[in-house]
Amino acid sequence: MEVKVTVNGVARRDDVEPRLLLVHYLREVVGLRATNVGCDTSSCGACTVHLDGEAVKSCTVLAVQADGCEVTTLEGLAGDDGSRLHPVQAAFRAEHGLQCGFCTPGMVMAATALLRSNPHPSEREVREGLEGNFCRCTGYHNIVRAVLAAAAAGAEVPE
Amino acid sequence: MIPAPFDYVRPARVEDALRLLAEHGEDAKVLAGGHSLLPIMKLRLAAPALLVDVGRLDALRHIRIEGEDVAIGALTRHADLVSSPVLRAEVPLLPDVAALVGDQQIRNRGTIGGSLVHGDPAADLPAAVLALGATLVLQGPGGERRVAATEFFTGFLQTSTAPDELLVEIRVPRCPDAPWGYQKFVRRANDWAVVAAAAVDGRVALAGMAQTPVRAAATEEALTAGASPAEAAALADRDTSPTADLQASEAYRRHLARLLTRRALGGARGRA
Repeated sequence: MEVKVTVNGVARRDDVEPRLLLVHYLREVVGLRATNVGCDTSSCGACTVHLDGEAVKSCTVLAVQADGCEVTTLEGLAGDDGSRLHPVQAAFRAEHGLQCGFCTPGMVMAATALLRSNPHPSEREVREGLEGNFCRCTGYHNIVRAVLAAAAAGAEVPE
Repeated sequence: MIPAPFDYVRPARVEDALRLLAEHGEDAKVLAGGHSLLPIMKLRLAAPALLVDVGRLDALRHIRIEGEDVAIGALTRHADLVSSPVLRAEVPLLPDVAALVGDQQIRNRGTIGGSLVHGDPAADLPAAVLALGATLVLQGPGGERRVAATEFFTGFLQTSTAPDELLVEIRVPRCPDAPWGYQKFVRRANDWAVVAAAAVDGRVALAGMAQTPVRAAATEEALTAGASPAEAAALADRDTSPTADLQASEAYRRHLARLLTRRALGGARGRA
């Protein structure tokens, strides 16, 4: 069936099977591969994207459920040509908030949603806000530090 | 993991959804937030021929005071329960419990109606509505019927919802001043409870202690008869039938039920 989805500001129409998951739509139909499939069971958060501005796990959303919605992926944070890092991405780089990098797209998307709803979180609020995102390198310390640094820098968190 | 193929419809009105459910019977499944149904479809434990997506039926998304109850639309998301000032004032247990469901991303999608109809005995909201003495409003081809939460959960992942019925509303008695507590024991951050205990005004419900969420009848009777919370909590696992699994033995679950009930009766909140 046809879905109309605005992905990173670009309106699209695509013909999809109802069973197509949003994460597979983004990776394979749209061709945006920052969003990772990790556990595939809505546990690990590697597939986190924004659906109408809210963080969701795209392995547990059907593409047809996103019909008429706006989706933002990691690629949508960094500006049109990707040359300008989003403040949260810049903080992850400055604070060494990634090791292998597999969880990073989901972490950044969860963190940007967190900062939009709570621009000045405590460390505990950051840890709880990111509880749906696993880092199997166990690099949580610097991830939390990066989110706090982005908040302290007064990171404007535009969509 | 890819679900088996299915047809998909997104009705615009509740009546259209009911008509589709009546036409397709057992072949159809209701899709709301999808956070219980889609995982089991991806595991191919369920393979409905038709998904009826009620996710855009905004008539089922509300939290409002109606007389002695707070009426909660079945499509209200966990995140909406958490942030509701009405619930915070009138039924403070419910936003507190909803904040313990899954994680933020899951709470942005999952709905109270979906969680209740899924009927997982280890889930938070089924135990919460049992302890709150809630009533569930079902709509079907013959009209509306109301089912007490104590009658709603009939077996493992089974409820009294017929294939042609839709859970439309949860009615929770207002209890702004009633003492309450909720204790959830988990081994991992965003996991289901191994055991959880909800206590509201002398009613106690347990998750993880049987094939359905259950009321701790012996504890409630003891409280009514004047027993102390500690004495009553010592009876919490009576007439339950917990199973052993990788997370806990039967004896350990019984221990947790007694311990968490004592803490919940004392007003403790959150993860144990």
